[in-house]
Amino acid sequence: MAQMTYRDAVRRALIEEMERDERVFIMGEEVGVWGGTFAVTRGMYDMFGEKRVRDTPISELVIAGAAVGAAMNGLRPVAEIMTFNFALLSLDAMINHAAKVRYMFGGQFECPMVLRTTSGWGQLSATHSQTFENYVAHVPGLKVIMPGTPADAYGLLKAAIRDPDPVIFIEHTHLYRVRGEVPDEEFLLPIGQSNIKREGRDVTIVAYSRMLHEALKAADELAKEGIECEVVDIPTLRPLDLRPVVQSFKKTYRAVLATEQWLGYGVDAEIAAQIYEHAFDYLDAPIKRVTAPPVPLPYNKHLELAAMPDKEDIKRAVLEVLR
Amino acid sequence: MPRKTKKPAAIVPASLDEARLLEMYRQMVLIRRIEEEAAEAYQRGLIGGFLHLYIGEEATAVGSINALRDDDNVVVHYRDHGHALARGCTAREVMAELMGKATGLSKGKGGSMHMAKRDCRLWGGYAIVAAQLSLAAGIALADQYVGEDRVTICYFGDGATNNGYFHESLNLSAVWKLPVIWVCENNNYGMGTRVDRASAVTEMYRKACAYDIPTEQVDGQNVLDVFEATQRAAEHVRSGNGPYFIEARTYRYRGHSMGDPERYRSKEEVEEWLKNDPIRRFASILHTLGIDQERLDAIHAEVEEEVQDAVRFAEESPEPPLEALYEDVYANPPAGDPFIL
Repeated sequence: MAQMTYRDAVRRALIEEMERDERVFIMGEEVGVWGGTFAVTRGMYDMFGEKRVRDTPISELVIAGAAVGAAMNGLRPVAEIMTFNFALLSLDAMINHAAKVRYMFGGQFECPMVLRTTSGWGQLSATHSQTFENYVAHVPGLKVIMPGTPADAYGLLKAAIRDPDPVIFIEHTHLYRVRGEVPDEEFLLPIGQSNIKREGRDVTIVAYSRMLHEALKAADELAKEGIECEVVDIPTLRPLDLRPVVQSFKKTYRAVLATEQWLGYGVDAEIAAQIYEHAFDYLDAPIKRVTAPPVPLPYNKHLELAAMPDKEDIKRAVLEVLR
Repeated sequence: MPRKTKKPAAIVPASLDEARLLEMYRQMVLIRRIEEEAAEAYQRGLIGGFLHLYIGEEATAVGSINALRDDDNVVVHYRDHGHALARGCTAREVMAELMGKATGLSKGKGGSMHMAKRDCRLWGGYAIVAAQLSLAAGIALADQYVGEDRVTICYFGDGATNNGYFHESLNLSAVWKLPVIWVCENNNYGMGTRVDRASAVTEMYRKACAYDIPTEQVDGQNVLDVFEATQRAAEHVRSGNGPYFIEARTYRYRGHSMGDPERYRSKEEVEEWLKNDPIRRFASILHTLGIDQERLDAIHAEVEEEVQDAVRFAEESPEPPLEALYEDVYANPPAGDPFIL
């Protein structure tokens, strides 16, 4: 088993799927000659040529819309939008078209495409630091994946490319250099499966993407104080697999939900509502949410770090629900 | 090299024999009559939501679609009944879709704005103005990618040309030499806003010039002009030369949709355009070719039967079953599992 960065895991999945299936191609801003803004597609332009690794104009509407059309007409597009902030312009194509063409035309068409984009921050100020997975996870007809580990990124991206429905695949820029074990043998992971990443009896922490790592760090540190946290990863936000979340909660009676979203109308709110509906009788303490405060993210590093949640916020929340 | 050509009014193109001409006439009459019956059915409460009629614009859809091959791709806006009929969808399945029935083109889930038929490579009517241009670019890209020589024809109104999708799609089509025929149906109004109140240029072919896309403006009320322009376009596009842009000057005789009070235009203006009715004009061309009125009357009678049959069929067709509500959201739905959202 090889140690691999999250970036290389994504890249390996793309290369393998393009080698496997001629219909798979990549298009987006700077994916080709430049090698990808985050170097994910580095070298692929030379490997596959400009037909299959296509640089586009800075045109987020038509990047996503053309991916929808190409998918309807038999291809397997992987469209890349540099960050979700820019993908806001692609939402009409994804929500009004990708998510609708199967249903609205009575099952005559399908839209097997992937829109890869990123979430992340790092002194980029207010319009380059946002995370909008809840916008798309709200939409029936879309699938939304936000992997936290290299192995999940690899196995889920391969599954996404082969999936008959449109998938929005959100990578986190802070994770690209994170290393993890990825088996050498090819494998796919099922879309729509939540996983227990660490077992524990005292508190359930639900997290995904970067916050999964913050949750695991918090759990490690709390373990030294004798507090055993169970960490549930939800790498697929839609369809969302609630079973491990609810089962864990029925064991611990307490939950902390950790996301980078702004407080209010986020993924965390949905998880909390689902726990209340499925396991109200098991509740020993109010469910605690760890999120960003509802303010635009500032440039100043000191202010930015104060805003973005991390393991310390999670630890505090765990201690609160145990009080 | 951008160019604008204006051809004089047509002698009949050599590729159109008498049977084909009469078929095109039949399609135009069918569209007109289906639309009139749809308006009637709407008043009777059998059709809901928005209903946008294509009356007055028949020559554009019929002239252009008849110049294509059966395996070419057709992508349309929300005023799409005419294109569906010209593309070979039956009057029954169009009317049934209008009434939301299970027997409709889209099983009653799309309605007036979303006619589609996969077997005819009619990829659908789309109701977010100008978004269909981006889908058409992708559909064309897929054919180019696998080496098919199909062309994709994409329709939109003058209103769509002020939208970002329009400019991004035209630009990409030119950069990637996509096999697309862009057809702007310039009917002078985006809903109730006259073209000169919304667009800095009122002749839409000029917007194609900005992207070095060959373009021409045609009289959209003359079915043969539209046919010829589309033939030229298809030849250009099919030969791998990239996109082509046609601006068809046309007019809708009815409101934007049912219930439009039409405060934005005068009766005189409408009457002026009515003098230029595309069906009457085509009839007089056919007369000059020696086709007498009796044969055209026979077509009208035949269409009348077809339309009445379609209305009956649609009214008698079943509603979609309630289970259909949950069908076709995904390829493999997570079958009622309460732990899957």
